[in-house]
Amino acid sequence: MTETTAVCDVRRQGPAGVVDIRGNVTAGSEEVLMKAYDSAGDATAIVLNFSDLSYMNSGGIGLLVTLLVRANRHSQQLMAYGLSDHYRQIFELTRLDEAVGIHDSEQAALRAAGAV
Amino acid sequence: MAELDDRTVENVEEQKAAARDATSWAKTVSRLSVSEVPEGALNLNVTGKRLAGPVQGFGKMWQKTYQSHLSRESVSAVDLVATWKQRFPDFWPEGNRFYGPLTGIAPGEVALLNMTLPGRMKLSTGVMVLYADEESFTLMTPQGHMFAGWITFSATERDDETIAQVQVLMRASDPIFEMGLMLGGHRQEDQFWVHTLRNVAAQYEAARDADVDVQVVCVDKRRQWSRWTNVWHSSAIWSTVYMLGAPVRGLRGLIRR
Repeated sequence: MTETTAVCDVRRQGPAGVVDIRGNVTAGSEEVLMKAYDSAGDATAIVLNFSDLSYMNSGGIGLLVTLLVRANRHSQQLMAYGLSDHYRQIFELTRLDEAVGIHDSEQAALRAAGAV
Repeated sequence: MAELDDRTVENVEEQKAAARDATSWAKTVSRLSVSEVPEGALNLNVTGKRLAGPVQGFGKMWQKTYQSHLSRESVSAVDLVATWKQRFPDFWPEGNRFYGPLTGIAPGEVALLNMTLPGRMKLSTGVMVLYADEESFTLMTPQGHMFAGWITFSATERDDETIAQVQVLMRASDPIFEMGLMLGGHRQEDQFWVHTLRNVAAQYEAARDADVDVQVVCVDKRRQWSRWTNVWHSSAIWSTVYMLGAPVRGLRGLIRR
């Protein structure tokens, strides 16, 4: 439950910060994910890249809600791409898709963020 | 060769994770349905409702964590969660009923709840099992529940301890429930989960009245005013309307005889 197996790298793409997530996202990934968010600095949009996500449990979904609150507080958009069909369904089930923009590709997410 | 081994291990891990995923999460549902209503349970505010997470709630967002520390010798994390899933209703405080599936907690199952709120108000609502694996399980609330969010029950092993945990991520569903939480509802909820964890702990360490650590964090101080219309689904209002209609229903029943 508290295993930390996610690795996050942050890239800047114009006004957007892209967070590449690898491994398992669980409640134990809080520090890694929040550090990555902080590294994105003053980005107007945070784009989460889930292409290399292995596994996410309900603790991980809870973390995304916390991240969403932080992004909203700083008037940043939160977006995601690279989600498998399974995780798209999880986003729908938890109704997280109503607040996080889900896109098919990085290009589409950056376009929506006004970064290209 | 070593690189090949690493890749094989990585693939096996990925396959394991995928298998765990497929069985742990509930399937997508647009509206809730209850297959069978247990005797004594009231299915008033569940069927036809959508699930509602913290994003859909009205009030301030809270993360509340309750932890009970047990000796690792008395129970392992996996065994504790297995028992908790199997006998979930047994650990609830008196005066509240959890009508879960007979098979125990499993992803996608819907349970009905009959709760007692301050002022002895009876409330009928429910939850869906969003996620369940060997170490944790999560319940998500429907529209009209006191709060919009989820509750994760888990156990972890650290040093010589097994830590049982309840973590709630929630916003009050509507302005009425928000007021209720401010006027004693939060305290009552804290007592509810402390009591539950004590009941779980007593299962393994009967002689001890377990201490429960409580940590409350306000994740978002802002209220989502655009969600005030959630009040239309309020289980408190509909439960009250149902209770007030009891004499009329009784009279109708007598006339039909």
